[in-house]
Amino acid sequence: MTDTPHRKLERSATGFMLAIVAAASVGGLVEIAPLFTIDDTVENVKDMRLYTPLELAGRDIYVREGCYACHSQMIRTLRDDVERYGPYSLAVESKYDHPMLWGSKRTGPDLARIGGKYSDFWHVAHLSNPRDVVPESNMPSYRWLATTPLKLSNLPLMLKAQRTVGVPYTDEMIANASADARGQSAPDSEQSAGVSERYGEATQVSAFDGVATNVTEMDALVAYLQVLGQLTKAAYENTAAPEKMPDPNN
Amino acid sequence: MGQLTSGERDLAGAVLVFMAIMGVAMAAVGGSEPLGIHGVMVLLCSVGLLFVLMSTAFGPAPDPARLGKYYDDPIKVGVGFTLAWAVFGMLIGVWAAAQLAWPALNFDTSWASFGRIRPAHTSGVIFGFGGNALITTSYHVVQRTSRARLADQFSPWFVLLGFNLFCLIAVSGYFLGVTQSKEYAEAEWYADIWLVVVWVAYFVLYVRTLARRKEPHIYVANWYYMAFIIVVAILHIVNNLAVPISFTQAKSYTIWAGVQDSMVQWWYGHNAVAFFLTAGFLAMLYYYLPKRAERPIFSYRLSILSFWGITFFYMWAGSHHLHYTALPHWVQNLGMTFSVMLLVPSWASAGNALLTLNGAWHKVRDDATLRFMMMAAFFYGLSTFEGSFLAIRPVNSLSHYTDWTVGHVHAGALGWVAMITFGSLYTLVPSIWKRERMYSAALVEVHFWLALVGTLIYVFAMWNSGIIQGLMWRTYSEDNALVYSFVDSLVAMYPYYIARAFGGLLFLIGAIVASYNVWMTVRTPNPAPSPTGDDLPIGEHAGAIPSAAE
Repeated sequence: MTDTPHRKLERSATGFMLAIVAAASVGGLVEIAPLFTIDDTVENVKDMRLYTPLELAGRDIYVREGCYACHSQMIRTLRDDVERYGPYSLAVESKYDHPMLWGSKRTGPDLARIGGKYSDFWHVAHLSNPRDVVPESNMPSYRWLATTPLKLSNLPLMLKAQRTVGVPYTDEMIANASADARGQSAPDSEQSAGVSERYGEATQVSAFDGVATNVTEMDALVAYLQVLGQLTKAAYENTAAPEKMPDPNN
Repeated sequence: MGQLTSGERDLAGAVLVFMAIMGVAMAAVGGSEPLGIHGVMVLLCSVGLLFVLMSTAFGPAPDPARLGKYYDDPIKVGVGFTLAWAVFGMLIGVWAAAQLAWPALNFDTSWASFGRIRPAHTSGVIFGFGGNALITTSYHVVQRTSRARLADQFSPWFVLLGFNLFCLIAVSGYFLGVTQSKEYAEAEWYADIWLVVVWVAYFVLYVRTLARRKEPHIYVANWYYMAFIIVVAILHIVNNLAVPISFTQAKSYTIWAGVQDSMVQWWYGHNAVAFFLTAGFLAMLYYYLPKRAERPIFSYRLSILSFWGITFFYMWAGSHHLHYTALPHWVQNLGMTFSVMLLVPSWASAGNALLTLNGAWHKVRDDATLRFMMMAAFFYGLSTFEGSFLAIRPVNSLSHYTDWTVGHVHAGALGWVAMITFGSLYTLVPSIWKRERMYSAALVEVHFWLALVGTLIYVFAMWNSGIIQGLMWRTYSEDNALVYSFVDSLVAMYPYYIARAFGGLLFLIGAIVASYNVWMTVRTPNPAPSPTGDDLPIGEHAGAIPSAAE
C-alpha cells in the first residue's frame, strides 16, 4: 500500500486528535456563534416581563418534575399548531428562560400559551388528579404539591443566580423575593401591592391553590402555568389571523 | 487490585481519603437536602473502596512479569457494571413505558412519577449501560490493537469507578428531583464537574496507552474511541456551563438562554447520539465483528471516508430537532442539509460491516454472537436512513413531538447500540476469562431472538402510534376545522403504549438471560486450550491483528 497522507496521520496520535478537534469544531462554531451576534435572532420587545419569584419557583418545580418530557412549550409555524395552541412562539418569549423548556415530545398538549385559558381552580383539580377532569388522561397526579410548603428562603438566591446569567432582576427585587412570593399568593395582603409595583400591573395576584394563608408548591406551579404565554403581547401583534391574548381576569 | 504497585496503592488511598472528606463536606453543607444525601453516598463509596484497598495494602509487591501481559482486571469489573446497568436501566424503561399505559403505576409517589423516572431510564441505559460498555471495551481494544499494556494500574480503576459514581449520583438525583432538565445531560453541576475530572483522566490514560503501542499505525477502532473521548468532553463542558444558586445546594441555572440554549442543547443532544452512541459503538463494530467473523475489514478507504464524514457532518445536524421553531431559518436549513448528507458516511460504515461478512455468512447462520453484530449493522443502516429522512423539514412537521421520534431512537438504541454491545460482550467475556466459549450457546440464541422480537414490536408500535398521532393532529374537516381534540389522539395511543411496554419487556428479559450466561461462564471452569486465549502477545513487531484489506 502506498503511504497516503492518511497513513501518515495514523502514525501520530497527537496529529490525529488535533484533526478530530478541527473537524468536529466547525459545525458548532458556524451554527451557534452567530446566534449571539445577529440582532434579529431575538426580537426587541418593550413589554417583555420578568418571572416573579413565585413564578420562577413554579418553573423550577416544572423542571424538577420533568414536565418538559411530555409537554412542549414551542408552537411551530404550522397551521394546525397555530390553530390548536395559538400564535406561533417567538424567540423573545423565552429570552429569560434558563434553561429553555421548548421540549421535544407531546405526550400531552403544548403549554406555551396555556396561561389564562383555564381557571386556577381547574389547574389545582387537574394537578391533584388529572383523571378527575380529563378521564382519558395518562398524566401522573401531583397532589402532594398542595401540602408541600414552598421553600421561600431560596428565592433571593435563585433571583441572584438568574441575574448572574443575564436576567435583569434589580437589587430591590432580590431583597423582596420572599415577601413578593407570599404577596402574590395572598390577594389584598400588605405584601401583594409590592408585587404589582415591581413586576407590572399585569401580574396575577391570586390564592392559586385556594388557600391564601400559606405558600405551597402548588401555588408556585399554578402561578407559573398561568403566566405561560403572558409575558409579552408581541406574538399577538402583526399576525395574519388576529387573536386576542387570553385574559386571566375574565 | 492486587497488581497495584505500592506507589499506586498510596495514590489510590490518598484519592479515596480526599473523596471521603469531600463526601463529609457535601453531607455537612447539604444536610437533608439532595446535596447532603449525595454527600453520604460519596462518603460510603469512598470508605467502601478504602476497605477493599486496605485488604491488599500490605500484600506482596506485584510480580514484574505482569508488565508482559495485558491488564484485564478492570475490564472484568467493567463487564459486571455494564450488565448491572443494562438490567437496571431497561427495567426502569419498562416501568416508564407501563406508566404511560397505566398511570396508576407510580403508586402516587413523587419519586416514581414519569417525569422523574424517565431521565433515570435514559441516563441508566445511555451512560450506565452504554458508557460502561464503551470504557470496558476500549480498555480491551486499545491494548490488543496497540499490543501494549494499559499505561498504569491506577487510572483504569479511577476512570471506571469514577464514572460509575457519576452515574450513581446522576440517576439517584433524578428520583430526588435533582435535574437541570437538559435532555441527556440532566445531572446537576457538581456531578458534571466530577465527570470532567474523570473524563480528563480517561483521555490521558488513552493517549498514554496509545503512545506505548508496538503497532506503527493506529487501528480504526481507536480513531472512533478517540473521537468519542475528545468530542464528548467538548460537548459536555459547553452544554453544562451553569451557575449554582449556592455552593451548598444542588440547583443551578444554565448560562444559556432561550433560543441560544435550544441550539446548544440540541448541538449537545444530537452529538451525544453521534459521539457517545455511534462513534464508540462503531469502534466495537470495527474490532469485534472482523475478529468474530475472522475476516479482514472489507475496505480501508470506506473506513476513512466514514470516519471523517461522521466526525465532520454530525456536528452540524443538531438543529434538525428545531424545525419550524423560533430558531433562525438558516440554522434549520443547515441542520437539515447536513443530516441528509450524513447518510453517506453512515451507510459507508454499515455497508463496510456487512460486506466484511462476505465469505462468513455460514458463521452468521450458526453463531448467534456474530448474528447480533450483523443485525446491529443492519439496524445502524436502518436508523441512520430514518434519521436523515426525519430531518427533512416537511417530514419533520409530521413526526416531530410524536412517538415516531421515540421509535427512531429505540431502533438505534435497541437494534444498534445494545445489539453490538451484546455481540461484543459475548466475544469479550470468554477471551478475558480465558474460557473456550460462553457457558451456553443456546442461551445466546434465546437472547438474540428475544432482543430481535422485542425491538421489532417496540419499533413497529412506535412507528404506528407516531404516524397516527401526527396525522390526527393535522386532520381538517371539509369546513376547515380541526377534527380531533388532543385527547382523541391520546386515546388512540393506548394500545400502542401497551405493545411498546411488552416489546421492552422482552428486551429486558434478554438482558437478564445475558447476565446469567456471563455469570455462569465466569463461574464454570472451562479453560481455553491455550492459556493466553487468542490474544497476540505484547510484541515487538507488527502482526496479524484484524487490519484493513490492502
